[in-house]
Amino acid sequence: MTWLPLAGIGVVILGFALRMNAAMVVVLAGVVTGLAAGLSPREVLVAFGEGFRNNRFLALFLLMLPVLGLLERYGLREHAAGWIGRRRGVGLFRVLLSYLALRQITAALGLVSLGGQAQTVRPLLAPMAEAAAHAGKGDLCEETAEEVRAMCAGTDNVALFFGEDLFVAFGAVLLMQGVYANHGIALEPIDIALWGMPTAACAFVIHAIRLKRFSRRLQQ
Amino acid sequence: MIGLPHVYLLAGIFLAAMALLSARDRGNPRRHSTALFWGLLSVGFLAGDTLPAEALGAMVILLALIAGAGGLRSGVHAPVDAHVLQERADRLGHRLLLPVLLVSLLTLAIALGAGHLRLDGKPLVAPVQTTVIALGVSCAFALLFALLITRAGPREALEGGRRLLDAIGWAALLPLLLAVLGSVFARAGVGELLSGLLTASLPLELHAVALLAYALGMALLTMVMGNAFAAFPVITIGIGLPVLVSQHHADPAPLAALGMLAGYCGTLLTPMAANFNIVPVALLGLRDQHAVIKAQAFTALPLFVCNLGLLFVLS
Repeated sequence: MTWLPLAGIGVVILGFALRMNAAMVVVLAGVVTGLAAGLSPREVLVAFGEGFRNNRFLALFLLMLPVLGLLERYGLREHAAGWIGRRRGVGLFRVLLSYLALRQITAALGLVSLGGQAQTVRPLLAPMAEAAAHAGKGDLCEETAEEVRAMCAGTDNVALFFGEDLFVAFGAVLLMQGVYANHGIALEPIDIALWGMPTAACAFVIHAIRLKRFSRRLQQ
Repeated sequence: MIGLPHVYLLAGIFLAAMALLSARDRGNPRRHSTALFWGLLSVGFLAGDTLPAEALGAMVILLALIAGAGGLRSGVHAPVDAHVLQERADRLGHRLLLPVLLVSLLTLAIALGAGHLRLDGKPLVAPVQTTVIALGVSCAFALLFALLITRAGPREALEGGRRLLDAIGWAALLPLLLAVLGSVFARAGVGELLSGLLTASLPLELHAVALLAYALGMALLTMVMGNAFAAFPVITIGIGLPVLVSQHHADPAPLAALGMLAGYCGTLLTPMAANFNIVPVALLGLRDQHAVIKAQAFTALPLFVCNLGLLFVLS
């Protein structure tokens, strides 16, 4: 057994640490790992090509861009922001907390595709959160506005990850069942999903506390 | 039957349009290499099923080289005046939200109803990757709907899309590249090597050490692979089953669930999970490449500790 294939991980860590272009780093790490594992250059190309072919669906969020691009030229973001801005009582905390709760509950019900970074965060949540922060504090400097948008993206991720795992037909639950079944242990999907509940609740509480502190810090 | 090839065709056409518009954009200092980048990616979508894997692989490397050499630049986009935007927003009001909601609701409806939709006795939507197909179809309908509401021409939608695509740049390709890297890692047995390293160097006969190694192993391997799904079988076969279940008699159901969630804490912390942590950086115009990870870190770390506590108590 050789440790050589681990060199690819070194390339990734070094590349990200040095802030090199991530696309280059990732491809370089793939080449290094493949060659270190004894693949011929031709086999490395084949591995890359097959990986591209089978994972093309990951780039399909691009199909959302003409829809968003067009609507944004007609004031989508201004409308979403204005709608929140006109409601005085609705602060940043309430906007983000409502989204966290809604997204986590719908994901737990298997309704994962209701939201997403391109589908809801960029067109709706981000302008609404910025408008709410703006109403609470007055003008936002660009740095603060970026912090608010990053928190929007993070809120979507936290809600999605710790919601979808509670859904019995979700891929992760079935994967766990499958791996254990291969080794002679029969698990019910509903058992696996239920054991995810305490952590999901912790995720909600921890992130909600962080949102509260985040919006309070911005108010000052 | 509507399947992935149709959705890839749509994406290929969109990217070809982006390549053409980029090639003609004289305001872009690197318009030829930018057009080449989107053009190659378009070919990958249009001919990905017929081209030999070697050619696709060479194309992937060329795409990364163009990106790494700074060959991908933003074009010039005529902005809409702020007061025009506000006037349009006031005029169209909530109607602007309808196409966005349509994408979500239609994706959901097609994904849930795909099993029942039939045409001449055959399924209308292919039974594999249904959600992805549903998303593609929904985007097409939402675009038509948006054109109707705004009464804009298709050219304006393409230019609007190109403004966003230019802002995202090579990050659009990153989730795909990382999945490719994940499959190379899997072929080279990187996960097995790492979990072997963990099991060989730690006193796993101690229950607490074994649990800690299990949870940390899930989180760290997820960070390396960018995906908890890839880490789960490796850690389960490396530590979970042989050590925790067989030697320490852990309860398998909570062990599996909480192990996967330890991995999810890792997902929140790694640039390797590009579609969650790097694409939004580009999509939201953030200057700090790691802004989303930073926003998530102080949720992920306490959550990992809570999850670890639950592992001790429940399994």
